[in-house]
Amino acid sequence: MDCRNEIRKFIMENLSIDEDNVKLGDDDNYFELRFVNSLFAMKLVNFVEQSFEIEIDNDELDLKNFSTINNIMTLIDKKTVNKRN
Amino acid sequence: MSCDLEQRKIVDEAEAFVNQEIRPYVKCFEENKGIPRELIDKMAAKGYLAAALPKQYGGLELDPVYYGLFTEVFGKACTATRSLITVHTSLVGETLVRFGTEEQKNKWLPRLARGEAIGAFGLSEPDIGSDAKNIKTSWHEEDDCYVINGTKRWITFGHLADLFIIIAANKGRSTAFLVERAFPGFETKQIEGMMAARATCIAELYLNNVRVPKENVLGKINLGFEYIVSTSLDCGRYSIAWAGVAIAQEALEAMVSYSRTRTQFNEKLRSFQLIRGMIGDAVTKTHAARALALKAGELRKQKDPDAVMETTMAKYFASKVAVDVANDALQVHGGNGFLSEYPVERLYREAKVLEVIEGSSQMQQEMISSFGLQRYYKRR
Repeated sequence: MDCRNEIRKFIMENLSIDEDNVKLGDDDNYFELRFVNSLFAMKLVNFVEQSFEIEIDNDELDLKNFSTINNIMTLIDKKTVNKRN
Repeated sequence: MSCDLEQRKIVDEAEAFVNQEIRPYVKCFEENKGIPRELIDKMAAKGYLAAALPKQYGGLELDPVYYGLFTEVFGKACTATRSLITVHTSLVGETLVRFGTEEQKNKWLPRLARGEAIGAFGLSEPDIGSDAKNIKTSWHEEDDCYVINGTKRWITFGHLADLFIIIAANKGRSTAFLVERAFPGFETKQIEGMMAARATCIAELYLNNVRVPKENVLGKINLGFEYIVSTSLDCGRYSIAWAGVAIAQEALEAMVSYSRTRTQFNEKLRSFQLIRGMIGDAVTKTHAARALALKAGELRKQKDPDAVMETTMAKYFASKVAVDVANDALQVHGGNGFLSEYPVERLYREAKVLEVIEGSSQMQQEMISSFGLQRYYKRR
């Protein structure tokens, strides 16, 4: 499974949505859509750190970095490049 | 991290320490409404106030599984010292390790480890419990500081602590602050008349124009709830899961021991099928609670993303089991179970608290069902 699909799978499994037909686009902000419960933000950070073997710095703990699938991809790309260098 | 053998040794030594320094005096702690400063100092000298924290800050660096077993050792004998470990090490210490700046960590963690400062966590308020996003304690910014106003309630070790993580709101967003007891405008008052947790110095905190230096923000402004509170309560829930296992185990041992010594109708209680039924249930439930807590510990050790939910389930189940087993243990003791000379009297009172703190059982059920409704939905 590629990164994007892995992130999507995790997010879909952890959103609090009862409707069956909700679609989540790569730029949809699930925090603003109120699809999340109080544990979600922390779980998402733990997931990103563990799955992509990166450490999120305090300065990066901004909801903007985690609010959409695309934003998470951008953060992971940035961290991975930094790690390589 | 230490190897299994070293960690096992620490837990075994902690058990000997508890049996010598704590277990014989638990009733005194309740009567005196607190634990003696000398005991806190002795715990600190052994590293027990920082068992889960990194060695670089003076901790013992137990991994989550051994930290759970360590918590159980204290929780079996004494709620007050176990509660100190829960708030001081789990809620405050572990949260500081995760979110503190280097300056905050270097300043506070060694002092917390040495017991020179005791930590407490201030979220609940007189009118706000489960609805934690709507706290009324407020902050606003001035040129050189943040100013906090409000009242916090049910703060374990609040009457003793020196350092508080205080959650305050501004325009509906919350922020975590490191507040020191010495700050002008900060006062505490011990809450009296508690059914349980009588020696945990539980307090109300009053913040009246408390000026907090800007460098005392923990984590980021406006993200207190999403990261600090969630993480602290997750650490707290893991500790409470083991507190539940501890009370269940202690109650089970009391129930079994009493049933083998007490005689009625010329038979030991253990001979009666209805008593054996309660013992069978208690053994099974206690083992199941321990299995969940161990699973949560293993996942935490691996930093697995499912660790949060497994911890929630462990906390929910173990606290329920503690209540059930303590209830049956008291039933087996009959009238004697109401006497403080028997441990079940205390265990029965202390078990109930676990279903309320660090998120009530109903809040845990809500989170677990939300998780299950996604995880186990088989779309056709």
